[in-house]
Amino acid sequence: MSEWWTYRPSDFLLFSSRTYNRLFELYNADIWPLQIVALVSGVAILALLHGRIAWRGRLITVILVCCWLWVAWAFHWQRYATINWAATYFAAAFAIEAMFLVWVGVVRDSFRVDSIRTTRARWGIAIFCFALLVKPFLGLLLGRSWQGLEFFGVTPDPTAIATLGLLLTSRRKSWLAWPIPVLWCLISATTLGVLLQTG
Amino acid sequence: MKHLRTSPSAFEQRRALLLALAAQFAAPLMAPSAAVAQARPIITRPVPSSGVALPVVGLGSWITFNVGNDRGARDMCAEVMRNFFAAGGRLIDSSPMYGSAQEVIGYGLSKFDKILGQVFAADKVWISSAARGPSQIETSRQHWNVPHFDLLQVHNLLSWQEHLPMLLAMKAARRVRYVGITTSEGRRHREFEQVMASQPLDFVQVTYNIVDREVEQRILPLALDRRIGVLINRPFRQGELIRTLNRHALPGWAAEIDCTNWAQFLLKFIVSHPAVTCAIPATSSVAHVLENMGAAYGRLPDESMRRRMVAYVEKL
Repeated sequence: MSEWWTYRPSDFLLFSSRTYNRLFELYNADIWPLQIVALVSGVAILALLHGRIAWRGRLITVILVCCWLWVAWAFHWQRYATINWAATYFAAAFAIEAMFLVWVGVVRDSFRVDSIRTTRARWGIAIFCFALLVKPFLGLLLGRSWQGLEFFGVTPDPTAIATLGLLLTSRRKSWLAWPIPVLWCLISATTLGVLLQTG
Repeated sequence: MKHLRTSPSAFEQRRALLLALAAQFAAPLMAPSAAVAQARPIITRPVPSSGVALPVVGLGSWITFNVGNDRGARDMCAEVMRNFFAAGGRLIDSSPMYGSAQEVIGYGLSKFDKILGQVFAADKVWISSAARGPSQIETSRQHWNVPHFDLLQVHNLLSWQEHLPMLLAMKAARRVRYVGITTSEGRRHREFEQVMASQPLDFVQVTYNIVDREVEQRILPLALDRRIGVLINRPFRQGELIRTLNRHALPGWAAEIDCTNWAQFLLKFIVSHPAVTCAIPATSSVAHVLENMGAAYGRLPDESMRRRMVAYVEKL
């Protein structure tokens, strides 16, 4: 792309805010009641974080991997790609993140939370709770309808934020799993910012 | 490179017959306002390379027609198309870059297949790989569900050196009627001019509106000189101009050029430039498409009025 410096984020926006909101409304209607399953899974992760089961790290990872793969296939590949050709790449990135999580959480067993009382772990749990319980309802402030809210485990933003929170609770280094959720948060924040700006 | 012009006679006889049939079938579909609008003659401009007359207002599809699989939204877009055609419009422009817009256009055309003969189908090739250009065009054609495109353009000059010979070969084989190139928001104008000066183009597509007038300096005069048709994108700066101007009252003297709203004011400024063939505002609103089509009727500003329009907007 020549003259790349002349491009603004809005030049890459392919759809209107109305179309974007409708995407979530139709998606939620299609997958209902999977949102409940995802919410229960999120609560289960919280319970596992506070529990003393030896293999809790691996169990948390398996739940997270399922969420990332589901979002890659059902959201990005099947729905978002109908209005944004870049979503096929997002789907691939989400699938790769699932593989990274398998490596970090299952093979290396890095999701070990020895103490949830450290500052870092507390921040991580706070971020996870935000993604699970608060983030979905922020959509109402952005003009979304109840039907168009985004939930952990089935839509990308809360899933990525929750994953970052869980990575913070991990006592072992797991840098491999950080870039994709961080990048996704940046991409999504830019998209929402441009949508707010352009109406 | 030899520029192969299509014979207007064969194409135009068939097109005239199709248009007559389409008008007959489409009449009951027309919204009342559109029917009233058609009582007056629509303003047209000839395509310089063929003399074929095109209405000066077309329909873009960037963002507005990219609604995915949302059936309700697709029906709304089809309704926009129906009203566009009923008001005398013909040219619809899209691109493989615009997400589902091509499929949505195809949906609209299939839904009201009686107006299929009225459409002037303008699309683009947008891919780095020269080898994959033809298959992308074929996929686009299938999305539109048309027998062939009227105009194919190289989107944003992407790999134009490879795609233009292919498009010109398609034109020679009568698989497309016109060939062109596009850019937007003033990008790569130097290279754009070089292609205009050296290649046998029928159309160019550029950004031009009452505040972005850089193309008046070189590109529009060059298009006149080279007898190249000009399509205008971003006539409202993606709605920004309308949102800004709607805070102000339309000047009383706008009635002298038959404008009743800012959209018509902005479009009449554009299409009154002698080099411009057609402006392509995009919308997903029936009310807005009817407003836009209103700019294709009535009086157009002369040069002194155009200066007055610019001065007025710059003061706001």
